Amino acid sequence: MQAFEYVAAQTVPEAVAVLKEKGQQARVLAGGTDLIVQVREAKRDVDWMVDIKAIPEVNVLTHDSQNGLRLGAAVPCYQIYGTESICESFPALVDATKIIGGTAIQGRACVGGNLCNASPAADCIPPLIVLNAICVIAGPGGEKELPVGAFCTGPGQTALERGEMLVALKIPQPSSHSSSYYLRFIPRNEMDIAVVGAGAAVTLDAAQETIVSARIALAAVAPTPLFAEEASALLAGREISDAAIDEAAAAAQAIARPISDMRGTAEQRTHLVGVLTRRALKGAIQRVLDA
Amino acid sequence: MPEKKEYKVIGTRPIRHDGVDKVTGRALYGADFHTAGLLHGRVLRSPHAHARILSIDTSRAEAYPGVKAIVTAKDLPDAADKVADLGEGAVHLKYLCDNILASDKALYKGHAIAAVAATNAHIAEEACALIDVAYEVLPPVLEVRQAMEPAAPLLHETLKTGSLGETAEEPSNVASHLQHKKGDIEAGFAEADVIIEREFVTGTVHQGYIEPHNATALYNPDGQLTVWCSTQGAFTVREQLTEILQYPISKIKVVPMEIGGGFGGKINVYVEPVAALLAKKTGKPVKVLMNRADVFEGTGPTPASFIRVKMGATKDGKLTAAQTHLAFEAGAYPGSPVGAGAMCIFAPYDIANVLIDGYDVVVNKPKSAPYRAPGATNAAFGSETVIDELAKELNIDALEFRIMNGAKEGVKRADGPVFPRIGFIESVEAAKQHPHYTSPNGKKHHGRGVASGFWFNIGLASSVSISVNPDGTINLVEGSTDIGGTRASIAMQAAEVLGIPAESVNPSVVDTNSVGYTAVTGGSRTTFATGYAAYEAAQDVKRQLIARAAKLWEVDEEDVQFADGEFSCINGKEAQLSFHDLSARLGETGGPVVGSAAVNPPGAGGAFATHIVDLEVDEDTGKVQILRYTATQDAGKAIHPSYVEGQIQGGVVQGIGWALNEEYIYNAEGTMTNASFLDYRIPTCLDLPMIDTVIVEVPNPGHPYGVRGVGEVPIVPPPAAIANAIYDAIGIRMTELPMSPDRMLKAMGKI
Amino acid sequence: MARKTHVQTQINGDSVEFLCEARQSLLEVLRDELQLTGAKEGCNNGNCGACSVILDGRLVNSCLVLGVETGGKVVETVEGLAAPDRLHPIQDAFLENAALQCGICTPGFLMSAKALLDNNPNPTEPEVRYWLAGNLCRCTGYDKIVRAVLDAAAAM
Repeated sequence: MQAFEYVAAQTVPEAVAVLKEKGQQARVLAGGTDLIVQVREAKRDVDWMVDIKAIPEVNVLTHDSQNGLRLGAAVPCYQIYGTESICESFPALVDATKIIGGTAIQGRACVGGNLCNASPAADCIPPLIVLNAICVIAGPGGEKELPVGAFCTGPGQTALERGEMLVALKIPQPSSHSSSYYLRFIPRNEMDIAVVGAGAAVTLDAAQETIVSARIALAAVAPTPLFAEEASALLAGREISDAAIDEAAAAAQAIARPISDMRGTAEQRTHLVGVLTRRALKGAIQRVLDA
Repeated sequence: MPEKKEYKVIGTRPIRHDGVDKVTGRALYGADFHTAGLLHGRVLRSPHAHARILSIDTSRAEAYPGVKAIVTAKDLPDAADKVADLGEGAVHLKYLCDNILASDKALYKGHAIAAVAATNAHIAEEACALIDVAYEVLPPVLEVRQAMEPAAPLLHETLKTGSLGETAEEPSNVASHLQHKKGDIEAGFAEADVIIEREFVTGTVHQGYIEPHNATALYNPDGQLTVWCSTQGAFTVREQLTEILQYPISKIKVVPMEIGGGFGGKINVYVEPVAALLAKKTGKPVKVLMNRADVFEGTGPTPASFIRVKMGATKDGKLTAAQTHLAFEAGAYPGSPVGAGAMCIFAPYDIANVLIDGYDVVVNKPKSAPYRAPGATNAAFGSETVIDELAKELNIDALEFRIMNGAKEGVKRADGPVFPRIGFIESVEAAKQHPHYTSPNGKKHHGRGVASGFWFNIGLASSVSISVNPDGTINLVEGSTDIGGTRASIAMQAAEVLGIPAESVNPSVVDTNSVGYTAVTGGSRTTFATGYAAYEAAQDVKRQLIARAAKLWEVDEEDVQFADGEFSCINGKEAQLSFHDLSARLGETGGPVVGSAAVNPPGAGGAFATHIVDLEVDEDTGKVQILRYTATQDAGKAIHPSYVEGQIQGGVVQGIGWALNEEYIYNAEGTMTNASFLDYRIPTCLDLPMIDTVIVEVPNPGHPYGVRGVGEVPIVPPPAAIANAIYDAIGIRMTELPMSPDRMLKAMGKI
Repeated sequence: MARKTHVQTQINGDSVEFLCEARQSLLEVLRDELQLTGAKEGCNNGNCGACSVILDGRLVNSCLVLGVETGGKVVETVEGLAAPDRLHPIQDAFLENAALQCGICTPGFLMSAKALLDNNPNPTEPEVRYWLAGNLCRCTGYDKIVRAVLDAAAAM
């Protein structure tokens, strides 16, 4: 493993200053479950690791029905699924945090890190997309906000500019008769990276017969996680039915442009987009009905 | 013949003797070894699957601060045209040496090229990146059928096929062709009413032990070489080192540390000679550790194979003929387990007409190493699938079909041996009567499958010595490394002889200077053969103690009897002494008592297993979930039933992994793209149900307590049993391993 | 030689100081600097669990924690599991159930099981299997390990 310097930043400005000065050679260390492996396996060249876990703002976890969820960038997975109100309001995010790695990984890995690692197969990103998450970014010029859908720009690439870091994610409180669901396909039952992942959020009418709106997002079928815009839009105003869900699944399949690799073939992935989109939608709808 | 009696120790479940060390983190495995002045070694590996090595320039690496020595193949003795004798057959020394450090060609991605010793492992790794190697990249051959083509690129320009005693004229990737014949194959098929012929492909899989290979070596100035390592056999490491280093065997001491799994993969040496070369060059102790990618890319997988099986039966269910073509990938150097596969493939059945052809073929993958019943699992995937298909075709229950055709005592295998008393039929009967098999299985997409398996087991040499302590306990010294509880199963056999509790035995696994020659912990031989040695050593102790009692009582030795831990006089004189009390009186009767035995028992006794599996197929995703699993197996006599169950459960789960997900995935350049535990997917506990076991005991006539090896055969049936269950669930025959979700989707026509 | 940092931490109840390079993982520090070799390296990338330790009350892979991150933290390793005069009930259960063969994964499983039972004293079999999915064992097929953890829960 290459030698590097370790800096434990105590404040956002301190971290931003190091990130600005060192540029590409510096990297934020939060849970470390991706970064440490990448550096160890010489897949990322890093001279400075900037540990942000001592910074108060990145450890915030607050949720209320007015302001929604504010999730500090370094809050580990276990705290998310360990918070009851988050499980109720943002089940898709909880689904994802429960299946990332194993228990030991979930003790360190964080949603913010999963997003910044920008893997096309990241489990947390489709839930963040369907839940309309907003990235709170600090940088040399102060704080700014960016919709999560614009955050990943390619495999391992993000919209963060020199000196910028993710501080928190803001997720609005879903309206009533809403729920969400995330699932992935993996060959084993845990410990694999998604062959395909699919997240869905739905809002039903008060009678719970019609879909008012839906959002669908996919992982591991393109260079970045995808918002399936057309598939989502065609569900608005539709009665809950297998036909509507099948149409959405087909529309989701149409935007998938997967590759073949050691985790799955392109044909398998395209097929699975249909299967998982149906299951994610049905799962989200069922959660509304069960609530 | 085995003693037929009630046992006091055998068949009980004592706590293993090394247990506390292993649950407190105190047991020292190879990587845990530490000594003053230790240097750390790292091996540079080939980035190419097939390349000529044009030059190696180590000058930049040598100049790097902290680097103490660098070695390449030039530091190994000249191996050209020499033959190495490893006790179990001659091997070309060049092949052996070239697999340690490549001399002229890199034959697989991950092939060791050079090694660095430095003051810490990070520096050694950095220095490896500074070694400049010039390669001429050659096209790789990555698949057995492709490698057998006459026009295929050649790995070894001098390798010519040895076939039934003849050597071919032209070089080839086919190292050898073997054949076993019994009866008249044409006549056998002519007799058959139903003939099934199928082709099967199995992937390259790894043993997957959790502990990477490791070795620490130290040369003393007097020339004494000591190597500490995790190995299945300290003596085989010593033999390989003496050949590879061309160094006197008496100057090498191998200290077996605790071993974190082997399954056959820790018999061949890899980093041991490298550590020795670095130690010699530096004069310091050098530790060389593999990382997980090194293990996948640089150590023995078990081969991929192409198998054709043709079997015929009469309409009343009698198997009349069986024929197979087995083509196994040896990896970079000859020596696949095709021979063992050929011995096992039809062994469970009494078939009059058999023809078996086997081919050992080199490809640009790591040199294959044994893996738990090597070759037998590949072979049984083919034969046990065809057996299932025949039974279905004939409308005969699949287990009943096996019983109708099952091998028994006196049946001759196609490869020659005649079975002594064996327990195949009993294992199938046990499965047939099991509540699992008699329970209903009707749900949609649920399937049930069965399959059987055979492994011949081996004997080989083992040595044990026992010294008696004055408090009635014994110290037992053995040379078999303990991978799964054999300290206990060996100690229990000595305890049974001496009528003492298992806890009164202190077993120690010692180095090659401290015990007689003992072959590897492998071939399911340890509880059988080293247990046999413990039995004989204990008999030696018993004889000596009888003499001591006779001396005390001033009677003839014939007048002393030993039973149930008590010595007693049988000539009318009232005298009795327990083992414990007599132990306290050794000083006054002539001094210490040490018993010993060195054995090489011939009657290993074959092992048979029959498995039942229930599973569910997700027709949308192609994923298979194992719902219930039952394994029956003839153990001969289970010395410590918990560890017999453990062997069965562990073998089953490795077989499930092989069946469903495990495989080396290669890109076109011959790079394994999943060389990690992330993407080489061995089963986790969340993928499995409990594994039910039924131990059948048909005593092995070749062992005093009837022991048969149990460790290997449980891996043999699972892939075929699972394939048969998939057929039961969805009506599709899977003929390629692993039966991973993408292959399932393809077979179902979903993609 | 890369620069070393002084770190003070608490391991198994004792205050411990060590020097380490930033690139040294907690696993390397435990094994190479402190001779606490109970935690094992099986994969060095968080996929086998053989290096599992408990850090500030949470189960972690010590190969994925930097040594320099542990300043002021509390580390529990397998070496601290037993009391001076008796084994921890999980250790006893592993021995009674023959839940280990080669034993290389055992320290990781023990720490993982301890973290589970600290968190959930009465887990179901599926909960045990879910929690332990990050710990690979290649010898046992997991049957006896799962039984041992369930037995330990019942005994505690």
